[in-house]
Amino acid sequence: MANYLLIDFGSTFTKLCAVNTEECEILGTASDFTTVETDINDGYDKALEKLYKKIDRNIKFEQVIACSSAAGGLKMAAIGLVKELTVEAAKRVCLGAGAKVDLVFSHHLNQSEVHQIIDKKIDIILLAGGSDGGNSESVIYNAEILGKLGVKIPIVFAGNKSAQDQINEIFGKYEMNGYICDNVMPNINVLNVNSAREKIREIFLKQIIEAKGIKKIENFINQVILPTPSAVLEAAKLLAEGYLDEEGLGEVVVVDIGGATTDMYSICSSTKRSDVIIQGLEEPFAKRTVEGDLGMRYSAPGIVKSLSEREINFINKEKGVDIVSEVTKRYDNVKLLPENSQDEFIDQFLAEMCAYRSMHRHCGRINEVLTPMGKVFNQVGKDLSDVGFVIGTGGVIINSKYQKEILKQTTNILHNPSELRPSDPKFLIDYDYIMAAMGLLSKINPMAALKIMKKHIRPIRGVQHETSK
Amino acid sequence: MCYKNAYKIWRDSLKTIVIGVIGADVHAVGNKIIEYTLTKSGYNVVNIGVLSSQEDFINAAIETNADMIMVSSLYGHGEIDCRGMRDKCIESGIEDILLYVGGNIVVGKQDFSEVKERFLEMGFNRIYPPGTSIDQALKDIKQDLGE
Repeated sequence: MANYLLIDFGSTFTKLCAVNTEECEILGTASDFTTVETDINDGYDKALEKLYKKIDRNIKFEQVIACSSAAGGLKMAAIGLVKELTVEAAKRVCLGAGAKVDLVFSHHLNQSEVHQIIDKKIDIILLAGGSDGGNSESVIYNAEILGKLGVKIPIVFAGNKSAQDQINEIFGKYEMNGYICDNVMPNINVLNVNSAREKIREIFLKQIIEAKGIKKIENFINQVILPTPSAVLEAAKLLAEGYLDEEGLGEVVVVDIGGATTDMYSICSSTKRSDVIIQGLEEPFAKRTVEGDLGMRYSAPGIVKSLSEREINFINKEKGVDIVSEVTKRYDNVKLLPENSQDEFIDQFLAEMCAYRSMHRHCGRINEVLTPMGKVFNQVGKDLSDVGFVIGTGGVIINSKYQKEILKQTTNILHNPSELRPSDPKFLIDYDYIMAAMGLLSKINPMAALKIMKKHIRPIRGVQHETSK
Repeated sequence: MCYKNAYKIWRDSLKTIVIGVIGADVHAVGNKIIEYTLTKSGYNVVNIGVLSSQEDFINAAIETNADMIMVSSLYGHGEIDCRGMRDKCIESGIEDILLYVGGNIVVGKQDFSEVKERFLEMGFNRIYPPGTSIDQALKDIKQDLGE
């Protein structure tokens, strides 16, 4: 019997997924509210009860593992030197490790910035700056000021290697909780994510989940091993690349619209064309971006903020709604579920906006440059135009009546030639909400995880009529 | 460990030069020759390639703690592309960095002494006329940065 229980402690829901890896089948899924404020076990027990009821029997699990984004997820501050270089590199490492990047700083830190780090209850700081052998003055200054002002949270140093010894001394001098790893940008425009990302995950396991009261659950389950977004990234990577002789889907994009954030994942190379000149920092093959101002509930006001007054008036008049008050309603009551067709319509509209805007920020850009030697293409960011599949996950997409309309927003519907969005992808839906669970399973049994995903992440069911817009 | 330290000391002692081709210019051959020659002469060369903006040069120089920026321009618009570069260096806190420029840096056949004067005013330290080989510039580099 190879039964595994995979858990995702989300910010609102605790989601359980029981699988059998021999048959590559999902035995059942269940969810209940996350209860991290009181005792995380309460919500887990309730969800487990529901799960047993659903499968009609109690089963013994060989292993129970979990990922978590409960209690605010993993909150990080990314510090670098130049905005376009080490700051951006540090940010990408944090995102790749499944963190929420709440604060981003460049050059010398000042006192108020350090106080922000303390006030915002940041979990881990990533301190970068300087290529190897390059600038070390900035990172030393920043480590020193962090130490002087008594910052005791874990600090991962991933900057200029020539500064490592001095940084170590500062960590020792102020008794800081510091870790040293490889530079996130060893050379100009070269991105090196692995060492720092692994260190962040390690600290997350050892310290963060304990501090957040999630560790209590480990009496009942084996381990919390990943932050949730990081599990989804693992799943997307596995689904794209395949495992041994089981083929993957090829290049994919995953859209996850949640209450507080919209996450976008792309698993593909930055370009396949030979006639473009790529500029800027190297792009990761598996890239994640998070939009903290785009979401269905907590972050719904952010969507309206991104609209001009004229656009708001147009929507209100055209649709006969008051979009601002609808958004405020959702912000005030984050547990609101759509009750009537108007609620559904507004949620559909918000989801489409989230998908459109977050892809706008995720995808690369291409520009024609006219030179005396003829036309040249200049690319910044990732070219997603050949991506074969766009996968939708998250409650709002799974429950929408017009899933295709939401996913279509990731393509180039406005025919803007400079945005490198997926040009003609197929649309798939994660109907059983299993991606995070499969990311976890991929750590134990990648073959089973891949087979289950290929079976359960399916094309959109039936014919969906266009929304009446 | 001993070797590693020795390597580190040697590597850190190298002078760093940021090179690249500025503006909407895609002439890559000379850029590669410069990289090859300077590397062979014992400098730590950071090549940011073609189609580079002033900001790209300056950002790279800050991160690598560079001693010099060497700008190439072969398509005639160098004067427009280079304007204000020294001011941006000052704003970015690398006011003392050496700025070199060379290639076909102006439109048409102009008197080079006038061109040189204009670029000196713009804050460049050394200006080279068309057809200068990198070996000639190397002598100046050695003089300015030391062997």
